[in-house]
Amino acid sequence: MRLRFREILQSGKFVVTAEIGPPKGTNLQHMLHHIDLLKDQVDALNVTDHQSSVMRYPSLGGALLVKEQGGEPILQMTCRDRNRLALQADLLFAHSRGIHNVLCLTGDSVVVGDHKDAKGVFDLDSCQLLAAIRTMEKGMDLGGNQLDGGIEFCAGAIVTPEANPIEPQLIKFEKKVEAGAEFFQTQAVYDLEKFQRFMEYARPFGVKILAGIILLTSWRMADFMNKNVPGVFVPQPLIDEMKSAPKGEALRVGIEIAARMIRAIRENQICDGVHIMAIGKEEVVPQILKEAALLDA
Amino acid sequence: MIRSITRQKPLEEILSLLQGAQSLFLFGCGTCVTLCHTGGAPEVKQMADNLKQQGKVITGTMVIPVACDEISHEAMELHAEEISQAQAALIMTCAFGVQTISRHIQVPVVPALETLFIGKERGIGLFEEICTQCGECILGDTGGLCPVTSCHKGLVNGPCGGTNNGKCEIDPEIDCVWTLIYQRLKEQGKLDRMRKMQPPRNYQAPPKPGYMRILDTERR
Repeated sequence: MRLRFREILQSGKFVVTAEIGPPKGTNLQHMLHHIDLLKDQVDALNVTDHQSSVMRYPSLGGALLVKEQGGEPILQMTCRDRNRLALQADLLFAHSRGIHNVLCLTGDSVVVGDHKDAKGVFDLDSCQLLAAIRTMEKGMDLGGNQLDGGIEFCAGAIVTPEANPIEPQLIKFEKKVEAGAEFFQTQAVYDLEKFQRFMEYARPFGVKILAGIILLTSWRMADFMNKNVPGVFVPQPLIDEMKSAPKGEALRVGIEIAARMIRAIRENQICDGVHIMAIGKEEVVPQILKEAALLDA
Repeated sequence: MIRSITRQKPLEEILSLLQGAQSLFLFGCGTCVTLCHTGGAPEVKQMADNLKQQGKVITGTMVIPVACDEISHEAMELHAEEISQAQAALIMTCAFGVQTISRHIQVPVVPALETLFIGKERGIGLFEEICTQCGECILGDTGGLCPVTSCHKGLVNGPCGGTNNGKCEIDPEIDCVWTLIYQRLKEQGKLDRMRKMQPPRNYQAPPKPGYMRILDTERR
């Protein structure tokens, strides 16, 4: 019997999670392949929820597939597309089908996605969604009505350790802890010295923190993230290292960098684990884990 | 002063809305739309010229001082004949003006503007929304800056992860109001207000449709 994610978090082992992106359509072959490839290599698999506001197969459907394939899913839930009735209903459904973990996010704006005219809902925010889960666990819905059969979730949230300015994000981090977050998966970190300083601040809160690792696939991608992704800063030496890769070898160098960072985080016990986002390159996650010495050859 | 902020519809859309109406009467307004340059005297004249070029007949034009004022019908009576000669009235006021005018004339009305938000002119040509009438004011916890109005997502418990260098995820020209709230509360030594957990909002706090009757006893 596979350990539940909460038990793994509490076991003290170095925790590894990865990410599955559902397809645009009903062809599930590719997603099923990624699930099969990763489900036994990592402790849990996040399933993204219309990532970047691009309409896709639902995270709830993807999380069910992970479950059916024998993996441990983390259901990502944003507040962008559902009001409090729909969010609560989906939590009831997820629990009834054996999904035990949920990651609560605000969600990107609809205007960055592929349905730019849609209504962004944001009836609840990430703090209120976490609090809603804890309320429902006591047997009540947000309307104050009794539930016939309750829920229980290992609930997590996200934090951006390198945001500028950082203080407003830290206040939000503390509100998420207060609202009931047990674990955090961070935005991508590349500067481990800076991340270490964040961890000195975060550690006393007693929540588990998994450092976000985004696989670099080219120096242009690193440059793009620096210019366009809030709170992501790839230091110049890493961009230079990607630039110096021989033709056709950039991905290999990106894998090396990711593996090196994971090793450093683990060996120096900087935080409790890592969350690997390979965005479209899920195939190479086992290789990252192998090079990070987290997998037997 | 509170203002209705508007934008003109594209001429092609206006022409399509005016299909079948050959003779037109044009209304402008001397207040908010004059400030926005969307329905003041110069814009009404320009629109009349554009429509004439498209072969329309303009039976008359008028710029009402305050189109949303209920007494505007008295001013409109001076143009009653020209209005009645038109097959449609093209109204270059905010939606409030359109609805007020349409109650007082028989001719079908066609709006020429989009009403975008209720705001103020912060600088010359710079308009900013100030209140979305949410009915649950939290300005006391947010340093007098409104996140319900000024945060793109209307978040009440702090910034999202999309903010960068104090700017908004959707537009690097727009300030992240939560960064501004943080700075204001920090200056005031009131950061504990930002740590307060705001409960889910009551979206039924303002009546929808908006309707309220103040009883005589309450008025005294």
